[in-house]
Amino acid sequence: MNQSTVPAAPIRGGAAPAEAAAGKRRRYPSVIPGFGLTLGYTVMYLSLVVLIPLSATFLKASHLHWSELVAIFTDRQVLLAFRLSFLASAEGALINGVFGLLAAWVLVRYEFPGRGLLDSMVDLPFALPTAVAGISLCAVYSSTGWIGSRLETIGIHVAYTPLGITLALTFIGLPFVVRTVQPVLEDLDKEVEEAATSLGANRWQIFSKVILPALRPSLFTGISLAFARSLGEYGSVIFISGNMPMKTEIVPLIIVSKLEQYDYAGATAIACAMLILSFALLLAINLLQRWSSHRAKTR
Amino acid sequence: MSLISKTKNAAAQSPRAFRPAVLAMAAALSATLPGLANAAKLLNVSYDPTRELYEDYNKVFAAHWKSAGGEDVSVSQSHGGSGKQARSVIDGLDADVVTLALAYDIDAIAEKSQLLPKNWQTLLPNNSTPYTSTIVFLVRKGNPKGIKDWDDLVKPGVAVITPNPKTSGGARWNYLAAWGYALEKSGKDSAKAREFVAKLYKNVPVLDAGARGATTTFVQRGIGDVAIAWENEALLAVKKMGKDKVELVTPSVSILAEPPVAVVERVAAKHGTSKAAKAYLEYLYSDEGQDVVARNFYRPQDAKTAAKYAAQFPKLKLFTIQDEFGGWAKAQKTHFADGGVFDQIFKESK
Repeated sequence: MNQSTVPAAPIRGGAAPAEAAAGKRRRYPSVIPGFGLTLGYTVMYLSLVVLIPLSATFLKASHLHWSELVAIFTDRQVLLAFRLSFLASAEGALINGVFGLLAAWVLVRYEFPGRGLLDSMVDLPFALPTAVAGISLCAVYSSTGWIGSRLETIGIHVAYTPLGITLALTFIGLPFVVRTVQPVLEDLDKEVEEAATSLGANRWQIFSKVILPALRPSLFTGISLAFARSLGEYGSVIFISGNMPMKTEIVPLIIVSKLEQYDYAGATAIACAMLILSFALLLAINLLQRWSSHRAKTR
Repeated sequence: MSLISKTKNAAAQSPRAFRPAVLAMAAALSATLPGLANAAKLLNVSYDPTRELYEDYNKVFAAHWKSAGGEDVSVSQSHGGSGKQARSVIDGLDADVVTLALAYDIDAIAEKSQLLPKNWQTLLPNNSTPYTSTIVFLVRKGNPKGIKDWDDLVKPGVAVITPNPKTSGGARWNYLAAWGYALEKSGKDSAKAREFVAKLYKNVPVLDAGARGATTTFVQRGIGDVAIAWENEALLAVKKMGKDKVELVTPSVSILAEPPVAVVERVAAKHGTSKAAKAYLEYLYSDEGQDVVARNFYRPQDAKTAAKYAAQFPKLKLFTIQDEFGGWAKAQKTHFADGGVFDQIFKESK
């Protein structure tokens, strides 16, 4: 449950002091000492690292006139880039939802030689510079690469197509799902499954009625983290996407091309739209997740 | 030593004695290395393909500066996309000199940060351009598609590699070279030029974000039949990859690419490096500087050096951006700004 609220944390952080100030009676929120000090540091840290830079972004975008904003967001090239960015990120996140869950399952439930190695390989996309990831993916999946050339014979083009973008974003998002699901799966009591077996449940029933509901919050979190991370990804995608206007242009590339024209306001306007959209989407996912787990409990 | 002997506690002596000793050593060390402490430090903010050039030139200049005035100078380099580098300087990167791919980017620094005067381009010879280059073609070994001139690039079945002009300064030179060729050929008919460029970009399967990326796509990925590239990049690619992989083809007409240089006057004044920064750029025009330039595949301005390296740089008809497009600001606005000709070409093709 805790993990599932990660994406929404900034709102809570922002609302908490306001609530405390508005509270009618004064009481200590916790018996543990140090609340004021730690909250103070948290707010300062969040402000310096997140809130102030983001506010600056909105401030910069506010230099634009309404008509200019309308012009930017009705431009077909910009809209197509938004569609591509959101679709490819969603695809990547969903693919990771399935295969990340599988990977977490394998890593937690089975003992086999090389498990430690496999486990640490999951973190590679975190550690690798994204440009390196993009170049390597492109080398392998382009028409001369050793996977790409084979796929090409059956008519599947990966590099320089939207499919290549999805591939890069899948790569980037993989650790998020595995690393959020894995600890929850590790903590899952074997006895519950044993009880289900003794009550006559078959394997599929155990998975779908016992294990999956327990994993669902963390799975949701993992998928939304992977999705959020993918939306902003630039480094790996530009090497494999081909960057063709109207076809394989992602939103971050549009931002960069605006910056190249020293159009700071236009670039930040698109950045703000990206922020608002992804925030709304993450919030919606979060609410949906809470609602579904609530419903599961009351049932 | 007298200080230590006064301490009462003998046991505490050794660690305490250590500190003044270190300080004394540090003082002695800095006294023996006055050059290092006083050396002028310059930061040259440049674009990607000049890395090798300035690594070479910095050594030559440091030796010259030492022998001329007895002062040491150390030059650091920063490389990246030309536009990104200009934005870094605007946002406060302390560059003493900038050596970028387009005058447009230095204009932006002058305009947005006022760190250098608006007439910066008149302050050094040849429009502040100590070296030039041009736009040529890289083709595969043996030139299987028989690429000789710009017209061969719009033929059906020829895949052309060039980076995205919206994100790459070098790509803008490529685009303008093609446009200028079509203008010359059609007798200054800009509708014809537009048609030619649109046709050319129909043959482009991938628009890399940067010039080096495009060279990689062509050489390493094996995508495309011809890559449009800066001459210095192409010569470097041939030298590094070997003649058995790629060849260089020089078209009949191309653009004179003029990557300009300028002292960022307010920053240099703040650092007290104005004199060294100015000399650093001026020495690029000297015989020795021009030789370094030519060695690193840029075309020298000096006629004598040009004659020496004539074999490396084939003769071709060159036009300037001033002649054909009325300068960078105008070309940028017409062709590469949002909604400009480049965008229109892609919107129409769909």
